[in-house]
Amino acid sequence: MSAPPLRLSYREACRQAIRDALRADARSFVLGEDVGKYGGCYGVTKGLLEEFGAERIVDAPLAENGFTGLAIGAALAGLRPLLEVMTCNFSLLALDQIMNNAATLPHMSGGQFAVPLVVRMATGGGRQLAAQHSHSLEGWYAHIPGLKVAVPATVEDARFMLAAALADPNPVLIFEHVVLYNAEGQLDPDVSAVDLEHAKLRRPGRDATLVTYGNSLPKCLAAAELLARDGIDAEVIDLRMLRPLDMPAIVESVKRTRRVVIVDEGWKSGSISAEIAARLAEDSLYELDAPIKRVCSREVPVPYAAHMEEAALPSVAGIAEAVRSIVPQRG
Amino acid sequence: MADFTMPALGADMETGKVVEWLVKAGDPIRRGDVVAVVETHKGAIDVECFLDGVIGDLAPLDQPLPVGALLARVRGPGEVDSAVPAAVPAAPPLAPAPAAAALPRTAAPARAVEPPPASRAKLSPAARRRAAELGIQADALRGSGADGAVTISDVEHAARPERATPARKTRGGFDPALMRQAIAAAMARSKREIPHYYLAEPVPMRRALDWLRDANLQRPVTGRLLPAVLLLKAVALALREFPQLNGSFEQGAYRASAAVHVGVAVSLRGGGLIAPALHDAADKPLDGLMRELADLVKRARAGGLRSSELTDPTVTVTHLGDQGVESVQGVIYPPQVALVGFGRIAERPWVDAGAVVAMPLLTATLAADHRVSDGHRGALFLARLSEWLQQPETL
Repeated sequence: MSAPPLRLSYREACRQAIRDALRADARSFVLGEDVGKYGGCYGVTKGLLEEFGAERIVDAPLAENGFTGLAIGAALAGLRPLLEVMTCNFSLLALDQIMNNAATLPHMSGGQFAVPLVVRMATGGGRQLAAQHSHSLEGWYAHIPGLKVAVPATVEDARFMLAAALADPNPVLIFEHVVLYNAEGQLDPDVSAVDLEHAKLRRPGRDATLVTYGNSLPKCLAAAELLARDGIDAEVIDLRMLRPLDMPAIVESVKRTRRVVIVDEGWKSGSISAEIAARLAEDSLYELDAPIKRVCSREVPVPYAAHMEEAALPSVAGIAEAVRSIVPQRG
Repeated sequence: MADFTMPALGADMETGKVVEWLVKAGDPIRRGDVVAVVETHKGAIDVECFLDGVIGDLAPLDQPLPVGALLARVRGPGEVDSAVPAAVPAAPPLAPAPAAAALPRTAAPARAVEPPPASRAKLSPAARRRAAELGIQADALRGSGADGAVTISDVEHAARPERATPARKTRGGFDPALMRQAIAAAMARSKREIPHYYLAEPVPMRRALDWLRDANLQRPVTGRLLPAVLLLKAVALALREFPQLNGSFEQGAYRASAAVHVGVAVSLRGGGLIAPALHDAADKPLDGLMRELADLVKRARAGGLRSSELTDPTVTVTHLGDQGVESVQGVIYPPQVALVGFGRIAERPWVDAGAVVAMPLLTATLAADHRVSDGHRGALFLARLSEWLQQPETL
């Protein structure tokens, strides 16, 4: 067997991660809508039915509450379900199972039951799928104690977060941004595992910290390049996890740059960006040399029309503008 | 519209003259901005204006003006030059109003509620903390941040010693003869009006000096602390608990001051004496205080003191130890009510736990105003001062 290519798409990285998991542990199986014959709504599980058979790649009926409950039961009984929910918008049908069972049973059983469940969901907008398929709800899930919320933004995290999630005794939700599936990236041959704990510095800079995750990461990196032309040196932090939140990494960066812009495709009100801003204000106020800024989605259901959708989501220009508004003009 | 008047830069000042305006009519000014250079017997002083608004009607240069004379007018934020706002219905006059013509237009009738205070100077939290560390009055700085906010780099820039404003006119230094006259007047008034009482207390300095030696080992040569800064901080901290020793006695009444602004007596080359304030000395870390002290002494001798530094002291500290004297019985600088004096630190026999040991001793003295406090209170103050100096790490 030839070594896998080092340059690959995010979608391919997700597929390799699932294939690895299925090979590594006979207790693992994929469950979800259209994951088998259709190959997954976003094509992530294409080919796996032929490779692993119908017992391990299981098409579920359109009943999120039911099949999520089934997966939780399987996890409690010792299996390792890899649940796919078509988009996080539909996961609301399964919210009761995720919150009232998966997140609480380890606690309510005094630690006697673990729920080693992994749920993958697509999230985010940008592909003209309209208001019922385009929202970013990972911030909501980050509200819930007992869950871990992973937001891979790079092919490396798409490739290796799943194994870490399976090894974790807690239910782990993985949010894959729909725009990232076609993104390509390079794998470092020396990396074969990642943690579910630390944020990562994706671009060092001196003048301001951009705190972000998911598909806003490439936007922030592009904005940082734009700003660099004007002599503004922005640092970019990829959160990777929304729960637990790696506040020490954010604070450490803000201590250096003293300015922060939080970029989150969720809505601003009651969002993960609000949480980060609040924690900075509570614990790190005196590190800040400028007001905390946020770039979030407009507070509307994500529109269908392309130009309106674009206007509703965080943009590279908008991120750059937010940074400029808090960095003193030089000269 | 508010009047900006010739400040009394000490009780001994009667007149001054503006030798330079640092603003033009129509310039916006912020509370604490230095707006003029005023020549007094203490030399040329940078005079601050503690009003917000737009300045105008500047007094002419080089004319001797008495304390309290009008120097300029400041139109407050939100005040408009136009007539009474139309929204306020004109109340029917209750009486024939010949006086109305004399009233300034801006004394608006029937303002039921106080207008909201002008929002305070924009100072980033990081800048605020850094300013406190460096002992800088950051509110008066010009901000380079968003919305004109003062940023941490503005503060650090202002803290650099080479911040002397570029190429300003050379200042007139003080005239020693004039200053002698002024000191004579102030000290004679002090001895005439203030019933002084005097107390002295030997203070063991072993702990303070040991602590200082260790502390300085960790500092660059330029950042080393002098014993004087420990003494000033200890005085300021102790005074917080003795409001009868920190304030001013004017027109038959005493007003304690909440802030402790320590006037530091600085002898001037060529004779003369000046005691400008180290503002809020109790609240500042030693390093910041040391920098401020060095800066203050330099400016006291070279010119460039600010008016607030001359008007604000709430107490004076004089330190004659360098001249080798054992102790000093000071004369209070009116309208203050106390003066703390320090002699030199020298090893003396000292009885510690029944044994005679060599101990570095410092004689701390207090001259205080008997109209405001009694010896008992003064004695407690000196004891408290000594206690602070036994815990140098807490200063």
